[in-house]
Amino acid sequence: MTKQSAIELKNITKVFGKVVANKNVNLTAYRGEILSILGENGSGKTTLMNMISGIYFPDEGQIFIDGQEAVIASPKDAFKYKIGMIHQHFKLVDAFSAAENIVLGLNEGKYDLKASTEKIKEISSQYGFEINPEKKIYTMSVSEKQTVEIIKVLYRGADILILDEPTAVLTPQETERLFSILRRMRDDGKCIIIITHKLHEVLSLSDKVAVLRKGEYVGTVITAETNESELTEMMVGKKVSLNIDRSEPVDPVPRLVIKDLDCIDRNGIKILDDISFTANSGEILGIAGIAGSGQRELLEAIAGLQQVQCGEIVYNDPKTGKEENLRNKTPMQIRDLGVRLSFVPEDRLGMGLVGNMDITDNMMLRSYRKGRSVFLERKGPKDLAQHIIEDLEVVTPGASTPVRRLSGGNVQKVLVGREIAAAPTVLMAAYPVRGLDINSSYLIYNLLNEQKKKGVAVIFVGEDLDVLIELCDRIMVIGSGRITGTVDGRTTTKEEIGLLMTKTEQQGEVQDE
Amino acid sequence: MNKTFFHVVKRDDMPLWKAWLIRGATIIIAILLVGIISTVVTGKGFGETYEKMFLGVFGRLFEGKTTMLWKYLQDIAILLSLALALTPAFKMKFWNCGAEGQALMGGLASIICMIELGDKLSYPLLIATIAVTSMLAGALWGVIPAIFKAVFNTNETLFTLMMNYIATQIIAYYVYIKGGGSNVINPVAAGNFPAVGNNKYFVNIVIVAAITVAMFIYLKYSKQGYEISVVGESHNTARYIGIDVKKVIIRTMIISGALCGITGMLLVAGTDHSININSVGGQGFTAILMSWLGQFNPFIMVIMTAIVVFLRLGVAKVADSAQLNSSFSEIMVGIVILMLVGCEFFIHYSIKFNKHKKEVAE
Repeated sequence: MTKQSAIELKNITKVFGKVVANKNVNLTAYRGEILSILGENGSGKTTLMNMISGIYFPDEGQIFIDGQEAVIASPKDAFKYKIGMIHQHFKLVDAFSAAENIVLGLNEGKYDLKASTEKIKEISSQYGFEINPEKKIYTMSVSEKQTVEIIKVLYRGADILILDEPTAVLTPQETERLFSILRRMRDDGKCIIIITHKLHEVLSLSDKVAVLRKGEYVGTVITAETNESELTEMMVGKKVSLNIDRSEPVDPVPRLVIKDLDCIDRNGIKILDDISFTANSGEILGIAGIAGSGQRELLEAIAGLQQVQCGEIVYNDPKTGKEENLRNKTPMQIRDLGVRLSFVPEDRLGMGLVGNMDITDNMMLRSYRKGRSVFLERKGPKDLAQHIIEDLEVVTPGASTPVRRLSGGNVQKVLVGREIAAAPTVLMAAYPVRGLDINSSYLIYNLLNEQKKKGVAVIFVGEDLDVLIELCDRIMVIGSGRITGTVDGRTTTKEEIGLLMTKTEQQGEVQDE
Repeated sequence: MNKTFFHVVKRDDMPLWKAWLIRGATIIIAILLVGIISTVVTGKGFGETYEKMFLGVFGRLFEGKTTMLWKYLQDIAILLSLALALTPAFKMKFWNCGAEGQALMGGLASIICMIELGDKLSYPLLIATIAVTSMLAGALWGVIPAIFKAVFNTNETLFTLMMNYIATQIIAYYVYIKGGGSNVINPVAAGNFPAVGNNKYFVNIVIVAAITVAMFIYLKYSKQGYEISVVGESHNTARYIGIDVKKVIIRTMIISGALCGITGMLLVAGTDHSININSVGGQGFTAILMSWLGQFNPFIMVIMTAIVVFLRLGVAKVADSAQLNSSFSEIMVGIVILMLVGCEFFIHYSIKFNKHKKEVAE
């Protein structure tokens, strides 16, 4: 039973300013084992792994590799200890090929791309990767890019692999493929550490689960001996029910009708291709798809932030019964038409809010123009800020705290609160629970459900298929800028949506031949 | 063994009073340092150095002579007015490095009005014309880079900087023509700001005081000021709520340039009654630092400019009495500003020493 640990952390502490990211964390991982690090966003998973891979340096504590104490002060040191990290955000040079990216920064003496390519092929066949070493990064799908990142660390001889939320950007099928590769690596004697907050993945993949909560180490359990609700309780610290109630839509009428919408991006590439759909009042329409398939552009086109090539965006005004075409109108013009369109963008602090402004001033973003005066009216926004802080239980020292100081969940409450306060008839939300803890996520789902009951047409762009299936009335799947199918949220399955997500790519290949 | 002896950690939680304590302490240390260096270089006593410094700034104030005090306030006013002019642009994250040129163009407009229209217009009309044309000239010099930024997304730092050299050469050319081949224009009598009592700086100081208050209100309480903040923080947010980013960039640079133009007017019509290529004397660049050190708050800028001008005048006197030239004073001011900028590091970051490693070694 004296198995040699591959990596052992002892009393690791890391503090950023006042925020304790990790406190006295103890962790052991063995070779031939997959260890999941489970925790909510902000529980310190990534910080901990960054310390192992040399990006941060711990304030206190020790790291042991193969029983020897190690000082990992830079990513170079990490490589020396054969530690490789696959980050959530890929760090690849777009204009280079896969092979070029893999050897980049290596000092092997001679630059011999042919030999490197051979070695890459060897690694690929050993673990079952499918990769073309000559392919340029910018032509690759997300899953291919991830493969390159993994091969990159294997090429450097890593035998301790850390993967930060590797499945966040993958379809269910791609996830399965990744998992089988990871299992093969484990059987090969490598130590795999995977960071995640998806419970079912933890259960299906890992041998052991280490749980972090608010920077503190809660415990390690053997996966086979635990279940979903026990893990959730460890993660959150209390029992939570994981059910979203879904009511039947009440008299849905078409609120927003999109017809044959086309958009091109800055490089002239078609990003939205012939999109037609209807969003009904009193209904949640989910939009599923691989990240970057045109979801953002679609919402921005509706909100008046994205130039539209052709097509129509017709809004049916519930008050007057009139039809308004919103195509290529600015957000100002849309508002002047009396269209109450609220939009919770994906980039909260870079688009929806101003990080350096306080909550009151952020409330004003939507309403500051009101009135003829050249001066600002801060009373209304201040009351609204107070109201949102109380109603949505925003944790903040006060209404005059800059929003960037708030945690992710509270930032999102402020943003969603403001957008809902405008009494919308259409509410669009892009990845509204990304990075949020479980409690905040469920609060957001409930807010969306409330709006639905009020007769608002809700459009919800999500990434977690389980949630989409539980929350939405209809789910529209988008792939490479095209609608690949619309399914009923009550009857569909994850696999069905997963297949639709990748459908256009396959069709495209067929057409090319 | 461990290579890193200490590491630097970002923080943004320092209480305001503590931050200002650090800044205040830095200022005191800086002034002491200037005194020590001055004493060493000039070979005079420590006390005497400060006495000279005080004399250089306030003169014989205690004997009831206020001339030097007014000169001090005037110098503050000029530097402050440039810092104020830059502030709306900076808040928008538009790095206007062209205060020098924009002020020179304002001054040029003033002197042209004074020379060409001095005997043609009545005094009030002449002053009004000077005010309007100098603002327009400054605004023009500011809006050209703004238009290029808004339309072609050119780099405004380089563009505004280049505009300075063009302005300087235009002034040199004008002086050459009007000065009859010499590099001076004799003071023009027409269109001078009135002296109040015996004090020719009074009007300048009042104008800048008014701009200070107005700028504070504009930035904090007006809708345009709010738009500037939003554009400065994120163009995407501005787009999202329907602010026309191009319009705001151009509008704000018209304001910034026009205010620089006013400074040019204060220098030409209100002070020198003449112009040369050194009329602004590099203060357009010092003003950049003043705006930053004042954290874009007009009232803090008053304090910062007061300190910098105090040192400039005071050390100049010390240098003068020791037969050193004016560069000495500039070096000292440079050191102080460097220290003030440097102390911000300790406000935004903390240094952690890696002591735990030692325990392991033992």
